Amino acid sequence: MILHKSNALTFFTPNPIKGLGAPFFDTGISAGFPSPAEDFKEQRLSLDKELVKNKEATFFARVSGQSMIGAGLDDNDLLVIDRSLEPSHNKIAVCFLDGEFTVKRLKVNTDGVWLKPENPNYPIIKITAENDFIIWGIVTNVIKKV
Amino acid sequence: MYALVDCNNFYASCERAFNPALRNKPIAILSNNDGCVISRSDEAKALKLPMGAPIFKWDSFCKANNILVFSSNYPLYGDMSSRIMKILEQFTPDIEIYSIDESFLEFKGFENHDFKDYGNQIRTRVLKWTGIPTCVGIAPTKALSKVANKIARKFPEQTKGVYVIDSDEKRIKALKWITLEDVWGIGRGLQKRLKAKGCKTAYDFTQLPDDWVRKSFSITAWKLKKDLEGISKIKLDEVEAKRAIATTRSFEYTYSDIDNIKERISTFATSCAEKLRKQGSSCHVIYVVLSSDKHKKDLQQHRASRVVNLPYPTDSSLIISQEAVQSVSHIFKKGIKYKRAGVIVMGLVPTNNHQLQMFEHENPKHKPLMYTIDKLNEKYANYKVKLGSQDLKRTWKMRQERLSPRYTTNINDIIVVK
Repeated sequence: MILHKSNALTFFTPNPIKGLGAPFFDTGISAGFPSPAEDFKEQRLSLDKELVKNKEATFFARVSGQSMIGAGLDDNDLLVIDRSLEPSHNKIAVCFLDGEFTVKRLKVNTDGVWLKPENPNYPIIKITAENDFIIWGIVTNVIKKV
Repeated sequence: MYALVDCNNFYASCERAFNPALRNKPIAILSNNDGCVISRSDEAKALKLPMGAPIFKWDSFCKANNILVFSSNYPLYGDMSSRIMKILEQFTPDIEIYSIDESFLEFKGFENHDFKDYGNQIRTRVLKWTGIPTCVGIAPTKALSKVANKIARKFPEQTKGVYVIDSDEKRIKALKWITLEDVWGIGRGLQKRLKAKGCKTAYDFTQLPDDWVRKSFSITAWKLKKDLEGISKIKLDEVEAKRAIATTRSFEYTYSDIDNIKERISTFATSCAEKLRKQGSSCHVIYVVLSSDKHKKDLQQHRASRVVNLPYPTDSSLIISQEAVQSVSHIFKKGIKYKRAGVIVMGLVPTNNHQLQMFEHENPKHKPLMYTIDKLNEKYANYKVKLGSQDLKRTWKMRQERLSPRYTTNINDIIVVK
């Protein structure tokens, strides 16, 4: 486009065009047959997507000790915790009990709430009004190194 | 209708979410470099630990009163904030993130909703999912939602953290209750002038004649008045680009060596440039400031600054850093122990529509280079790609002697359960 014309000079403004960048084929076209797989490309599997159902409410914790080995939670395992899930009977929960975090199976009935370890060497804990107790989140997955 | 959702003592609440033993205990959070108190739990407020208290003066007070003191853990607070904002987006698409712990929500087409119930749902979900307590104020305008929020916060027993102004009766009662100092948007200047007019409460302000307010104050004051009357004039802000970006810090130690200061300035300039690129702005003006430790009265004091006007706007770390470092040579004085420095970039324009300059121009290679640096730093974290003028061996270390773990952003810092 001509912007200004004088006797000696003619000014042009450039005509910028957006979105005409050449497509980039990362399969590498070597003047032959294109990859037959290209049309069937799908997203790689994502463990995040599989293990984290509610991003905003998901937190991680590290297991310390043997109290839940019967449920497959070994020392040093990584737990995926979803705080948005409702606590209920038989779920494995991360709780805060009298000053520390603990992971146990919840036992709930009309008589009260118990924290049940999955290891015969550990006692069942009955929650009473004396305890400082909160259910912090529900364990959805356990990740372990092998 | 609008809602203002405000997290209660946000930083303190983040610490408690991952360390429930801190519940009901007085706690205080310190600013960057462990300078002064920037957040207090209600218990610490009740003990009269002032906001902004320099910790070196108040440390013994905190110890005597069993106030637990923490360095600010911004990775944690930032992550918790973004979780909360995402949860709030589930309640309405129209949201304005007002600060790290406050958001305005607008409800369009919710006429027949039970807002008290909806407010309760918001509060309950945020608390359950993140462990952070909030207060929710709901009203027909933004300014009134702020007032409603104040009421929810002030009267937890009656409101359970949620208050709705949905009738003129409630509105007037609220406005008569709230003093001018507590009204959002009434700054000190306006406060003074309104007091001179005999106004004590927000209600008195709304009784002034419209024309007079508009003429003698400003259009903003008039908008605020209408908002308080229940006629919405202050709209939800789209995220507005900042008008200036600053990176200023106190040093861990004092520096009297120019090379150390140049290194700091280069790092601050790089950080400003990165923030510019993030919001899509370029700057015309760079402001560099150095100062000695003003608390050490026995030492020679020096404070100097220099403004650099650039021939063309830029967001390039290379140019901003180079200009900022050059200014240091002009203002640096030998023999001064410097304690604080900063880089502020101003005169911001959107990067995409600069005026093209005939003769002076940024090297076009800078743009793709900056893009690449930003991507690499994002990928590898902790600023692996730096300018040559920055110290490559060390990452700048803030003083953070009382830092809690980064529970949500570092795999080695996650909570441990027995």
